[in-house]
This record gives sequence, structure tokens and C-alpha cells, in this order.
Amino acid sequence: MRDPHSFDIDYVAHLARLELTSQERERFSAQLGDILQHFAQLDEVDVSSVEPMAHAFPVENVFREDKSEPGLSPERALENTPRKRKNMVQVPKVVEG
Amino acid sequence: MPGEIYFKTLAQLQEALASKSISSVELTRDHLDRIQAVDGRIQAFNSWDEEDCLRQAEASDERRAAGRIKGPLDGIPVGVKDVIAVRDQPLTCSSRMLEHFVSPYDATVISRLKNAGAVLLGRLNMDEFAMGSSTENSAIKITFNPWDTSRVAGGSSGGSAAAVAAGELPVSLGSDTGGSIRQPASFCGVVGLKPTYGLVSRFGLVAFASSLDQIGPLTRTVGDAGRMLQVIAGHDPRDSTSIDTSPPDYSEGLAEKKGPWKLGVPQEYFAEGLDPEVKAAIEAAIDWYADRGCEIVEISLPHMHLAISVYYIIATAEASSNLARYDGVRYTHRSDRAGDVVDLYFKSRAEGFGEEVKRRIILGTYVLSSGYYDAYYLRAQKIRSLIRQDFTKAFAKVDGLLTPTSPFVSFKAGEKTRDPLAMYLSDIYTISANLAGIPGISLPCGFNSQGLPIGLQILGEPMEEANLLAIAHSFERAHDFTDRHPNPAPPD
Repeated sequence: MRDPHSFDIDYVAHLARLELTSQERERFSAQLGDILQHFAQLDEVDVSSVEPMAHAFPVENVFREDKSEPGLSPERALENTPRKRKNMVQVPKVVEG
Repeated sequence: MPGEIYFKTLAQLQEALASKSISSVELTRDHLDRIQAVDGRIQAFNSWDEEDCLRQAEASDERRAAGRIKGPLDGIPVGVKDVIAVRDQPLTCSSRMLEHFVSPYDATVISRLKNAGAVLLGRLNMDEFAMGSSTENSAIKITFNPWDTSRVAGGSSGGSAAAVAAGELPVSLGSDTGGSIRQPASFCGVVGLKPTYGLVSRFGLVAFASSLDQIGPLTRTVGDAGRMLQVIAGHDPRDSTSIDTSPPDYSEGLAEKKGPWKLGVPQEYFAEGLDPEVKAAIEAAIDWYADRGCEIVEISLPHMHLAISVYYIIATAEASSNLARYDGVRYTHRSDRAGDVVDLYFKSRAEGFGEEVKRRIILGTYVLSSGYYDAYYLRAQKIRSLIRQDFTKAFAKVDGLLTPTSPFVSFKAGEKTRDPLAMYLSDIYTISANLAGIPGISLPCGFNSQGLPIGLQILGEPMEEANLLAIAHSFERAHDFTDRHPNPAPPD
């Protein structure tokens, strides 16, 4: 199922919402092919009875009391926004019409 | 106070401030002058605000005069890797994506530094979004090694290591996802500590790989690393992976009569690819521990050779997810070329991210994509369990592990930038500590024939930083490696 030669750079770049130049496409395809070949060493390990490890220390869900706490004001939160109007983030048109 | 102020330890500066033989304004001014003199050559800093620094120092001096100091770092200049939020200061992650970003709040470690009275001196260069091993991936500048300015400072916390080594700062903070504190510390001849995962809050640290990232100090001495850890460690309700416990007194481990310890030497760390001069320095350090009564045990970590693959699957997968937030909409670089809002994502990300970040996003997206998740990500998480088990078994037998920090000393700028896999393989001795969540420290243990520093890495059990510091301190106080300093030439 795993064939490094099947690496479809355009498909993956689309998933990642990343526009690549043709040079980047070519370079990344070759480099990632090498890296995926290196990853193939993991196939040699028998992991049938091993639990996956998501975190260094197993932590249970951490909850806090459901009450509001002071946060950033809208003005403060939007200080770094490239384009805004009346405390709202402005973006290009989403829907035609 | 006598001698060059730039190379004093944190402990010495604390004493000088307490005895009023120097003021915080003088100390801060001296470091700003030093930055002015050498940073043109080193390029450790992305930014600093002289007026703001001096204001902080003045406030510290006023507190001291009134007998109301805030804490152990009152008046001490501290530098911060440009990936940790300091309210009203720039936070660039050395990326065009965050070129104009100013933090609206403080990271928890920064609140702790402020509560301890620290003067927050400036923002330190790094590989973009902490992805790299040489600080050559910074979109702003390359940081050079103070011992030889044709060589790299290491990475990703290259600015944090180089600034301390060059006498621009007594202490700094870095972050370590796969060795990003320890490796540059090793390259620059300073001490770097990666704490146990969960000991230091990640709130306000820009996320790279959330299950691996940890903040830690870079300092001149092991004792100073303990002093910094004391300030930044502890539970934080705003980080759900923060361990709910009170840190011990780390200065206790620095008492004279500690040890001897049982120390492990993992044979896998001494295989091919290890530079002979680095190997000789590490073996001399091991012999030193044996001579003072430590039992040296040969240890095997049988899954070590898989750590690089496991790491680069998990780290890139988490990065591709974490970096999805940089969409050009809310607080990042926004492309002017975009037609509609989806196009805005594609183009803003293309313009904002550098090459290594793009490469890792692509790789991480691929290993998480439909049809490949089980083969790569899930399998890597399982082997991560095996790697942790290797360490658990080792620590049942020994108190600590002695290894090289890096297979080689600092390399020439440009030497490894064309081959990403070769650069990834250079992290071989540091990344498994992040996968297992255990603490690790790098301290100077010698110099090679060209006068470049060599780092000894000591790995310890989770939450056993006090013990780790004691093991490292016993070596440091018997040697004079931390007393040697580079003399970076002024700019031409």
C-alpha cells in the first residue's frame, strides 16, 4: 500500500492549502521520496501488540469550572488583523451574488 | 565589580545586585553595549527595545532601593526565543508569516519571569517556527557561532545559545522539540536544559509539535539552569498537559556531597557517524565519572535507530495541524494577490512560509492523509511507545544516561542546507528524549582541535531534574570548560 513513487505532490499541497511553484513541486517530490524511503524502516517492527502513544504522560481530560474569566477585548484581539471593519475581520467575497 | 561583566554567571550577577555593587540599569546598559558591539557579527537578536529595557531596569532598581524586590531574577536581563509571547513585543517565529505580529498577552513562563523581576531584553533568532538544526531556516537572518563566525550556532534555538555564549546575555529561554535547546547549547559551549514534558507550561509558546515541545533555559552553568528552572517550572491550568505537582528545590541537587551514581552508556549512541574527537571527549567524561566512583553500565536502547523516522512523522503531522491556523485571515501575513477567500489561504501560506516549513507541512499532511494514517502516523505512535519502554527499562538500572549531544561539532554555514534528510539525521542523539518525554541537559565537556565546543548530554528520569542537575554539576565544578569564552571579532 505504501509506494513512495506514488507521492502525489499536487494532491497533498491541495489538502494543505499551500500553493507551490513548479520548482518547489519538483524539489519536494524528490526530497520527500527519499525521506519516505527512510521511513520504510518502520515496517520491520512488529507493533501488533503495542498501544500507540499520543503523549509523553497519559493525562486524563482536564476540566475547569464552567465560569467566565476575563479575556482579551475585541480591540486587543484584533490588533494583528490585516484587514478589519468595526471589530470584524474582513475577507474577500466568499459567495457570488 | 571586577572582570568582564559579560561573562559573569547568573549567580554572580544576583550577588552583585544584592550587594549593590552594580545596579540593574548598569547591568542592562552593559549588555546593550555588548549587543551593539558584537551582534552585527553574531546576529543572535531579531529585535530589542533599548528604552523599554532601561525602563524595566530602572523599575527594578527602584524596587531594590525600597527593599521590595519581586524575586530571584530582579534586575537580571533575560533574552527570549522569538517563539514565546511577551505582551507588546514582536513575536515573529523568524517567519514572514508573523513579520508584523505583536503579542497581545504574556506566555505563562513570561508572567513567571516578570513576577521574579527579570528585565526582558529582546527577541532571539531561531529556525522558522522552530523547524531546523542550524538557525539557517530563519527568514530574518542567520545566527553565527561566536567561536567561529563562519559556522552555525545550531538550532532551532540558535539565537538563545549564541547570545549567552557571546556575552550578550547571562541567560535566555529556548524551546526544544527534538533537541532545539541542547544541540545549539552544545555547538555554542553553553548549558541547555530540556525539562520533563509537562513540567514547564507551554501556554504562550507558539506550537510546533504539541506532544514534544518544551520550554527550557540556556545558561553559562548548570547551577544557573537550575535557578532558571525554579522560576519557570510549575503547574499551569492554562496548559492541559501541565503536570499538577509542585517542583522541588533544584538548588539542593547542587550540594557538594551527591553521588556516586549508577550511570548508563547506551551503546547505540556510539555507533557509526560519531565524530572521533567528539567520541574521545565523551569517553573522557565517562572515565571521569568512573574515576570518582560512579558505576558505569552499558545499556541498550534497541529502538533508537527508529527514533528519527518516528520523530519526523509525529512532529510533521502535529506541525501540519498546528500551522493550519496561519490562514492569512485573522493575524498573519495576507496576500494581496488573492481572488477569493480560499485562494487567500493558498497564496498567503505560499508567501508567508519558508521552504523548510512548507516541506514539513507537506510531509505532515501526507502522513495524516486518508489511506496513509495507519501506515505512518499510527505506526509511529506505537513505536514511540517502544522507545519510551526502552528508557523505562534503562532507568530501572541506572540514575542517568551519558551520551554525546550531537554527532559532530558546529558545521560551516551552508554545508547541510541542500540535503534535508542529512540535516534531520543530525538530531539523532536528542530527539528520543522528546519522544519519551524525559529531561535532558547538554553541558560543555571539551573542545576539539579547532577550538570548537563539544557537548555532553545527560538524560534522566521524568521529573528527576534535581538529580540530573546534580550529576551535571559534579562534572562541571571539576572542570574549567565553562570558564572559557569566545572572542567574536567585531564586524569588518
